[in-house]
Amino acid sequence: MSTAQTHVEEVPTLELRDLQTRFHTRDGVLPVVDGVSFTLARGKVLGLVGESGSGKSVTGFSIMGLVDPPGRVEGGQVLFQGRDLLQLSNAERRALRGDRIAMIFQDPMATLNPVLRIDTQMIETVQAHRSVSTATARKQAADTLALMGLSNAEERLRAYPHQLSGGMRQRVAIAIALLHGPDLIIADEPTTALDVTIQAQILSEMQKLVAARGTALIWISHDLSVVAGLADEIAVMYAGRIVEHGTVDQVLDNPQHPYTQGLIGSLPSANSRTQRRGARLRQIPGMAPNLLQMPAGCAFAPRCARASAACTTMPEMTAPLSDEPGHRARCFHPGPVAVERE
Amino acid sequence: MNWRGRFDEHSIWWRVAADFLRSRIAIAGLTVLALVALAAIAAPWITPQNPYDLMQLDVLDARLKPGTPSSAAGYTYWLGTDGQGRDLYSAIVYGLRISLLVGIGSAAIAAVLGTGIGLLAAYAGGKVDAALMRLVDLLLSFPTILMALMILAYVGKGVGNVVLTLVLLEWAYYARTARGQALVETRRDYVEAARGQGIPPWRILSGHILPNCLPPLLVIGALQIARAITLEATLSFLGLGVPITEPSLGLLISNGYQYLLSNEYWISFFPGVALLATIVAINLVGDQMRDVLNPRLQR
Repeated sequence: MSTAQTHVEEVPTLELRDLQTRFHTRDGVLPVVDGVSFTLARGKVLGLVGESGSGKSVTGFSIMGLVDPPGRVEGGQVLFQGRDLLQLSNAERRALRGDRIAMIFQDPMATLNPVLRIDTQMIETVQAHRSVSTATARKQAADTLALMGLSNAEERLRAYPHQLSGGMRQRVAIAIALLHGPDLIIADEPTTALDVTIQAQILSEMQKLVAARGTALIWISHDLSVVAGLADEIAVMYAGRIVEHGTVDQVLDNPQHPYTQGLIGSLPSANSRTQRRGARLRQIPGMAPNLLQMPAGCAFAPRCARASAACTTMPEMTAPLSDEPGHRARCFHPGPVAVERE
Repeated sequence: MNWRGRFDEHSIWWRVAADFLRSRIAIAGLTVLALVALAAIAAPWITPQNPYDLMQLDVLDARLKPGTPSSAAGYTYWLGTDGQGRDLYSAIVYGLRISLLVGIGSAAIAAVLGTGIGLLAAYAGGKVDAALMRLVDLLLSFPTILMALMILAYVGKGVGNVVLTLVLLEWAYYARTARGQALVETRRDYVEAARGQGIPPWRILSGHILPNCLPPLLVIGALQIARAITLEATLSFLGLGVPITEPSLGLLISNGYQYLLSNEYWISFFPGVALLATIVAINLVGDQMRDVLNPRLQR
């Protein structure tokens, strides 16, 4: 029912086709994003999940066009409302950034300029895309702050970042992203640095805003539990590739890829029913591969209990369950969680 | 949480000012500096004589001891007179004008020029950066006095030419600091965020990176004013600075130098004291600014 194929007619907000982003370092070329493809419809929330270094943030930066040297987007297509962003000039991409596509960063303290007042920063962003008077821009800034649940918007506007609490700063940062009512928001772990209670508030506000405006949202996170409550779809990344993709229910309730299963198994809450208190959390054996010395074939094979001779060639994304064509995994041996051998 | 009415006094510069005033020695420096600046501005109204107006000078009053009354004009030479009958008190106050004008003027022009070049180098990177920074290295590797003498020998004497020379010598300090600071700031997340908001590069440079580079540049600026004043005094002492008809402190010291051995100490001594007090005051202020503005020394 809710598979991606049902909305084929509508042009999706974002479609990535075989995105390749490589970093040319002194030691060699790192394939940080290696053939990432997904489609995100209007108003949908995609949780992009993976551990540090899996390429999820770089995927976000590649869509924004903010990959800095030595990194470079070297292949594939980034279709935003049908237009390939990689073919646009720098000026055209800049015109889209902050206007139609916005990004929210991880650390709210660091993303606001410490020496500029909030109003200066917000008015500047408004005027970077619209030729409106400062008074109009200021009004728009105050309205957006109020929308993000900040009381006394006028006073907050006159504040410097260091006068606001962490939660307020992140609301301001999110408000800046929302200023122009973008069609796509890329959020790079924006609530990681916050208290759990503030995090929950901001998440629910984001969810409401995005649903009300039909904004597509990519939520990059290493935290499956945050994504579970927020996203419509989940894409799990490992070593620069998507290894499993489906709706939240499909991926979390019936994970097919051994890596996804390991991620879910390592969550304390998932274990609470079966595990005694004080028992060790389960972990995935081994370490994420060095991008300079990637194993041939499946990157997860060295850590995988199911690995076989077939895994030395690269598996394609396939749909292992015939009744769930939108639930796909990159694995030769997909299947439900194996019986524990302990 | 009562935030009301507390916002504007929490501006970063307001905090810096409050921190600055915590040191008594810095307040003393600032007071001396303010007095010196006021005296320089109000020179015509607080001096009995215009030392640049040769008509007001009485050669018969040349080289009088401090405290001698003037023979004709009816006032006392509290600090004595020089070889042309100039009242040294008046000459010092007018000399402060020249010294401060040259010091502040050259430091300000060099700061704007150097900061601009430094930011450009940091932003452009690559060959532009390399070329500009090698030029800076080249300038900074020459002895300052030697360079100043060479430039002044070419352009000639005069207040404007001294300022030009000092600017040519000092922009490199600002450029090097501005570039280094800008390179650090460019890697900060707020720059990435500003790019993510589609703000044009030149606006990011001038509106976001520059304000964050200012603290070290202000400190350099304060210390460079003192350096410029000293350098001007040195050049005038060597006879290549300002003309004899418009004596700066350095030139006054130079004029009195030949009488030192004949026990007429005051012609060099009092301008020297004035110069010393000014330089020390500026350095005290500059040092305190460095302490206050240095993020590593804060709290």
